Amino acid sequence: MTEIEANAIAARHADVFHRPLMERLRGVIIITAIALYMVFAWWFFAIGQVISNGNWDIAGSYLADWVSYEIRPDIEYDGDALDVSFPRFSPLGSDPRPEWLTTETAMVERRVAASAAAGNATGGATSGAGFLGSLDAEPAKKEDGGFLGAMAPSSTTTESPGTEAEAAPQAPATTREEAVVSADISFGGDTHIRVQPGFVTVTHRGETLELDIEERVSVNARGPLPEWASQRAPGAKVIVRFGFAGRAEIEDDEVKVRRRFIGWENFFFDTRSPYWDMSAGEVLGTIFFGDRIEADRSNLSLAWNNFVNNADWQHGDVWLKLLQTIVMAFAGTVLASMLAFPLAFAAARNIMPNRVVNQVLKRFFDFLRSVDMLIWALFFTRAFGPGPLAGISAIFFTDTGTFGKLYSEALENIDDKQREGVRSVGAAPASVQRYGVVPQVLPVFLSQALYFWESNTRSATIIGAVGAGGIGLKLWEAMRTNQDWENVAYMVILILLVVFVFDNISNLLRQRLIGRQP
Amino acid sequence: MTATTHSPLLSEAGQAVERHWRELAGRRRLYTIGGIVFMVLAMSGSLWFANESNAGKFFDRLPYLFDFVGQMMPRDGWEIWRALFDLPSPYDDGSLKYNYPDGRIYLTETLYLPEYFYKMLETINIALVSTLIGFGLGFVLCFLAASNLTTRRWLRFFVRRFMEVLRAFPEIVIAGFFLAVLTIGAVPAIIAVSIHTVGALGKMFFEVVENADMKAEEGLRAAGANWVERVWFSIVPQVMPNFLSYALLRLEINVRASTIIGAVGGGGIGEALRLSISRTHEAKTLAIILLLFCTIVAVDQLSAWLRGRIVGKQAFEFGRGG
Repeated sequence: MTEIEANAIAARHADVFHRPLMERLRGVIIITAIALYMVFAWWFFAIGQVISNGNWDIAGSYLADWVSYEIRPDIEYDGDALDVSFPRFSPLGSDPRPEWLTTETAMVERRVAASAAAGNATGGATSGAGFLGSLDAEPAKKEDGGFLGAMAPSSTTTESPGTEAEAAPQAPATTREEAVVSADISFGGDTHIRVQPGFVTVTHRGETLELDIEERVSVNARGPLPEWASQRAPGAKVIVRFGFAGRAEIEDDEVKVRRRFIGWENFFFDTRSPYWDMSAGEVLGTIFFGDRIEADRSNLSLAWNNFVNNADWQHGDVWLKLLQTIVMAFAGTVLASMLAFPLAFAAARNIMPNRVVNQVLKRFFDFLRSVDMLIWALFFTRAFGPGPLAGISAIFFTDTGTFGKLYSEALENIDDKQREGVRSVGAAPASVQRYGVVPQVLPVFLSQALYFWESNTRSATIIGAVGAGGIGLKLWEAMRTNQDWENVAYMVILILLVVFVFDNISNLLRQRLIGRQP
Repeated sequence: MTATTHSPLLSEAGQAVERHWRELAGRRRLYTIGGIVFMVLAMSGSLWFANESNAGKFFDRLPYLFDFVGQMMPRDGWEIWRALFDLPSPYDDGSLKYNYPDGRIYLTETLYLPEYFYKMLETINIALVSTLIGFGLGFVLCFLAASNLTTRRWLRFFVRRFMEVLRAFPEIVIAGFFLAVLTIGAVPAIIAVSIHTVGALGKMFFEVVENADMKAEEGLRAAGANWVERVWFSIVPQVMPNFLSYALLRLEINVRASTIIGAVGGGGIGEALRLSISRTHEAKTLAIILLLFCTIVAVDQLSAWLRGRIVGKQAFEFGRGG
């Protein structure tokens, strides 16, 4: 192409090659405006500040909690001996002896009165307070109370009157008894911690950290700290982090170990169940061939009962709440489409000739739709109390408006020939609608109802959290306590499953109703 | 119908047709009746279950519903205006119920923004920022999910599943997680709504892209343009009006969504509404509902008008992709 030809083309299409300035700059202006608005939003919501103040340390642990759990033994120094204790609701049951924690015992002299007092001070780090309790002693800027104030600074070491104190002789005397003198905690691979009275060795990635403990006074490292260990001040506690495998805090009076394992702990049976800690084969064997564990019922019924009432996972309750959410979406959508159906006929201009009725009904639909589902949900929660009734009512009110609008628009767009045909043979007005209008719009109506049924299943989850019941409320409660993230993951998976199944059912039904759509 | 009276006159073939028609009609009726019976059973079961598992029973609580509506009536009509514009109330007794002027946000010495207007602006901004973020990311992802532009099957599959997960993941969980990590406020709401918007818009966008006319793309391909050039100069100008129109539709949905997320700790007007309803501050509640109602109507109208200008009178199913 020569230059002359190119110029000729440019001259013929002047509107393409010489556009007005505004038109050429429009893209730049729009992008600049959006960028400026984003800068404004950054300032308006203080996004940078909020993100930098975020508790990202905790975020990692929360995310890890979705698919894993921690076991948290505490090893307390007690003179020449050690005291290994587990939280009261440990996932390992009441008497845990994990193989990754090995102890050596020896005969040592102990002052009995002191040991009684010290022995009770441990064991308090219940699973209820454990995870955050271990953190609240850390940097002061971490505002744990930020999340709806659910996490009051928890007392990790609750002093509970133990039975040992009463049983022990009151006179301070020294006795010789068998006690733990050394504990070795393995974190997998070459990583392990060896705790001895007054001396702790941590080995990780080929490096060894040796720490001298002066009981209840200070923790001092021999040599420089490796990069996986940190200490805020000389003599203060040392925190060692091993990534996903866990962490440990070496304090001047105890070593707090947090060992993380992948998986959902005690998903089927909790520690109180006789089936706890059995393999799948053993459980099946016990159910079908074993002797009755409880005389008055079969093993199968006991297993089912233990599973449904699992204290950690609350399967029964979660399923019930999920069913509530499904029912909320289903009943709300069906009721709304049933009410909107006749009203839409009255709102459609071409069916009801009365303009006043049309307009009043259309504005009524707009009102129902525009008063948000949230407002209806809060309103009915106050009226009916928390539960699915409030959710059904909220979905019913909002969707009556939505369906009314959609249906009346569909009615106004129908083909009039069919109606004329029915009318011309002398049919009554009701028959004209029945045979001239309904067959045209019914598939559209049903397919829209199915669309909203599926989308309401999602909405019902959200409005549940403000009090309208169902799985939303349960999810919200689990998140608020900040330590049941594995339960949140479980519920999310159930919700995703239900939404996925309903999506497919609704697509299938719609395809059958209105034929395959592109 | 009286079709049977004519049956003796029909030929053998005609009778076969008649018989066949009868069978079909009978089966259809059976399906209809079966469907209705199933729906009635499912509905009554659902309602019974909902009533049983609710904290208050429907008929027990119904009188309280009207009581509650009565409680929501303010002492006089002007109270709503006073609450809305933060004017001092004659009933002010120092309680939270009538402290309207306390919420004023002063712009200058005398000019102030009423509290609820400020909160409403916050909610609208959450929706706007999330829609913009969702638009940006959805725009990038949608071309990778469209079968006419991305030939690598695994990439398409991966991007589509990714967007599906973003769409179906409950917003409340994302919001709750970031509320725990960050503080209470707008940022968790923005993140939650944005993530959902990316998935929802991405899905609609790639469907639009798949329906685009590929002739322009072929022309560019013949001239030796690379993938980005082909997408930018042949596909984007075609699909942009539809993209914008879907984004406006999303904005309407996001205003509602950010209100709801606000009620669970995301800040903005939703939180104010939840607090005032639970404390039975009738004038404040009605003021917020009025403001929210007007805003939603205004946003819907504006968006409908803009959409009409962008794509003409093309009808859209709103609420699609919920």
